[in-house]
Amino acid sequence: MSQGGGRSAAAVTTGTMEIVVALLFFGVGALVAWDSWRLGASWGMDGPEAGYFPMRIGLLICVSAAVVLAQGYRHRHAGRETFVERGQLRDVLSILVPAVVYVLGIQLIGIYVASAIYVAMFMALLGGYRWLRSIAVGAAVGLSAFVLFEFWFGIPLPKGFVERALGF
Amino acid sequence: MDELQSLWQGFAVALTAQNVLLMFLGITLGVLIGVLPGLGGANGIAILLPLTFTMSPTSAIIMLSCIYWGALFGGAITSILFNIPGEPWSVATTFDGHPMAQQGRAGEALTAAFTGSFVGALVAVVMITFLAPLVAEFALKFGPPEYFAVYLLAFCSFVGMGKGSPWKTIAAMMLGFAMAAVGMDTVTGQLRLTFGSTELMRGFDFLVAVIGLFGIGEILLTMEEGLEFKGRSARINARVVLETWAQLPKFWATSLRACLIGCWMGVTPGGATPASFMSYGVAKNISKNGHNFGKGEMEGVVAPETAAHAAGTSALLPMLALGIPGSPTAAVLLGGLLIWGLQPGPLLFVEQKEFVWGLIASMYLGNIVGLIVVLTTVPLFAAILRVPFSIIAPIIIVVCAIGAFTVHNAMLDVWLMMLFGVAGYVFKKLDYPMAPMVLALVLGDRAEDSFRQAMLMSQGSLSILWSNWLVGSITAGALLLLFWPLITALRARRAGGA
Repeated sequence: MSQGGGRSAAAVTTGTMEIVVALLFFGVGALVAWDSWRLGASWGMDGPEAGYFPMRIGLLICVSAAVVLAQGYRHRHAGRETFVERGQLRDVLSILVPAVVYVLGIQLIGIYVASAIYVAMFMALLGGYRWLRSIAVGAAVGLSAFVLFEFWFGIPLPKGFVERALGF
Repeated sequence: MDELQSLWQGFAVALTAQNVLLMFLGITLGVLIGVLPGLGGANGIAILLPLTFTMSPTSAIIMLSCIYWGALFGGAITSILFNIPGEPWSVATTFDGHPMAQQGRAGEALTAAFTGSFVGALVAVVMITFLAPLVAEFALKFGPPEYFAVYLLAFCSFVGMGKGSPWKTIAAMMLGFAMAAVGMDTVTGQLRLTFGSTELMRGFDFLVAVIGLFGIGEILLTMEEGLEFKGRSARINARVVLETWAQLPKFWATSLRACLIGCWMGVTPGGATPASFMSYGVAKNISKNGHNFGKGEMEGVVAPETAAHAAGTSALLPMLALGIPGSPTAAVLLGGLLIWGLQPGPLLFVEQKEFVWGLIASMYLGNIVGLIVVLTTVPLFAAILRVPFSIIAPIIIVVCAIGAFTVHNAMLDVWLMMLFGVAGYVFKKLDYPMAPMVLALVLGDRAEDSFRQAMLMSQGSLSILWSNWLVGSITAGALLLLFWPLITALRARRAGGA
């Protein structure tokens, strides 16, 4: 890996990520423990209450997250390694952000049309394919999914206005 | 020999035209899943599981377990031809497999890998045939405390045998248990951790978690590595196969060791990945050709592949006999059993004889079918790998989204899948292990039930976990494994100080 230069500059260090993730774990653990305590985590009339087991689970999450946090602090010099480089982060986001938009698209216009548009856009914009070819592949994916699930498996997937307009 | 008779009946169940067709379909899909980045045994089966809800359980498990064998085979193709392990357990195969391909011996390497896999799987299936009924019979004596102790043993062994930080293993595992607790409590009917959301009443489905963690997470990692497939071409013809087979018998000792390591690591939840590394390391130390390992030694392909398959196959033993899966993929199959209305565990061998022995017979047949399919279709799958990532990646994400949606026909699950994907990416980079988390999510409710029942029996005293020699020794073993990292650390410190 080359040092310096725009691509290999660290966007986030491993140490920072360790702390963030350990804090998230601690938060989840505390949430689980708190909700279990609210439900009742002790010994009821007829045995352990609903929160008995999860309460202990939540506390264990908190304890282990705290230890990871402490270890991260003790070895904080080792934590200066790169978690993700800027260029890598851009690559990862370039696939993650469209995927999130795609999921939003499923909700709005149905899974078949959203999938076709998503595959076509991905190929054309990220893969550098010609639009005609991209649209052809996208349409093929959407159509084959439609035929497969609507007719063959008989499993209803989310549909939108396009399918409704066509009478499905 | 009751087992042989039952097995014979199992063959009668498995050998219908429809089931053999499903085997071919499953193996082919499995190899495809094993070859493509972002799709693996666990999430491939998770995606396809909803499609089997309407099939008979026996046919469904035959197809899904064949996908599993196929994925085990498929990992070797990418490792050898492209130096990219399609699955974590085929990382060790790249060490000698890819150098062999670079020397133009790809056909030999692939044949050795596939044959080694076949042998490993076969030995493991023979072991399952004779050992699983015994374990199941023994486990019929288990009560809730014994069951909880066995769960404890399974989860503690992740802490004891994991390579990374034991605290991270515990954190990830407990997160799995916490997610399993979300939704309606099976005993009191109270809502737990739903915070007033009706959508969360269903709880977190492990299938969605598996698709996100292993599918989307893997795609993100692949993208980060800026993957380019630069593969070697492979030609396998009958002559290469026969010539390679003629060389293989001299590695019998390596194969035997690999089978033993694999079976042991598969039954205990060590899994296929550590088994393949361990087998490679042992072979390298013992073999006369050890110094040549890493430069294209056939023995270095046979050792990890045989162990990985032996482990992958024997992971089904505890799943069938005890209801405790030895690997994430076995966990997904176990989830399938529950969905089809079967209760995994020792009673399966009594109440669902046809299902169990049909599955075991299909393991024999499936691996033979697998060997035939992979030996004849390698060029086809190598061609699929040459399809650029920018076409494959969006299609895989579409497939994952459909898979996540079909689990409960819920949009929330698709969003959760994305969330799990990001979590999978971060966890992988920070060494939080995902296998114990998935297993905890699958087994959480059952572990909790047995814990509660045990506590009811003893009126809340943990001493019930030592109330007789059986439960006592399992608990002691679990605690030994739990504190193993501490014990080794202390010993290392003492050795360093002396």
